[in-house]
Amino acid sequence: MKLLYFAWIRERVGKPEEDVTPPGSVTTVGELVEWLKGRGEEYAHAFDNPKVVRAAIDKVHVRAEAKIAGAREIALFPPMTGG
Amino acid sequence: MQVTITNDPIDPAAETAALARDRTDVGALVAFSGVCRGEEAGDSIAALTLEHYPGMAEAEIARHVEEAESRWPLLGVRIVHRVGRIVPGEIIVVIAVASAHREAAFAAAEFLMDYLKTRAPFWKREDTPDGARWVEARQSDDAAVRKWGQVTFSRKK
Repeated sequence: MKLLYFAWIRERVGKPEEDVTPPGSVTTVGELVEWLKGRGEEYAHAFDNPKVVRAAIDKVHVRAEAKIAGAREIALFPPMTGG
Repeated sequence: MQVTITNDPIDPAAETAALARDRTDVGALVAFSGVCRGEEAGDSIAALTLEHYPGMAEAEIARHVEEAESRWPLLGVRIVHRVGRIVPGEIIVVIAVASAHREAAFAAAEFLMDYLKTRAPFWKREDTPDGARWVEARQSDDAAVRKWGQVTFSRKK
């Protein structure tokens, strides 16, 4: 699946997007974030406070409990500050 | 409904006038403009840089316009949000709403702005004398959006 990162999460990870294949034990957005934290220092830094991480699956907001099965695109980003 | 995301300066008068052009049923036009401030919490701001999630930003705003249209009798909505570098005094966002009577246009404009602040995927970075920093979400914006009650959109397959 494709992951997208925005704002300071993008800066900390060091890339705007990437393709990943998480193991089958990763079934929710929250578990995906936990799995990403183990991928290196930059990910641990980006996701050190999972409570502030917001997510969208296929361009629709979801909660951390949302299942990722079938998702084409998952975006992870900080709280929004538009307007 | 027209939702536009642009790198270019926004003309609020043109957006508002477009809602009443060639029709005579509009009795109220409400337009809100969000403007870049030159100072924030005592720090001078040289510029803002707005980042967005292309595709989702337009879709999320459109979903909220549809929600507004289901709550109030609206005759037209135009929303323009700027991205990229914006300097103090320039407009960041315009929300223009048309209705037959003022109550609907006032309420819908406020509803749309409250939602846009907390749910539309845009992020602001400020250039200050101490360097660039990402703007933190405000609790007052979260409180503002709660007064409108629950809005939920299901994922479309």
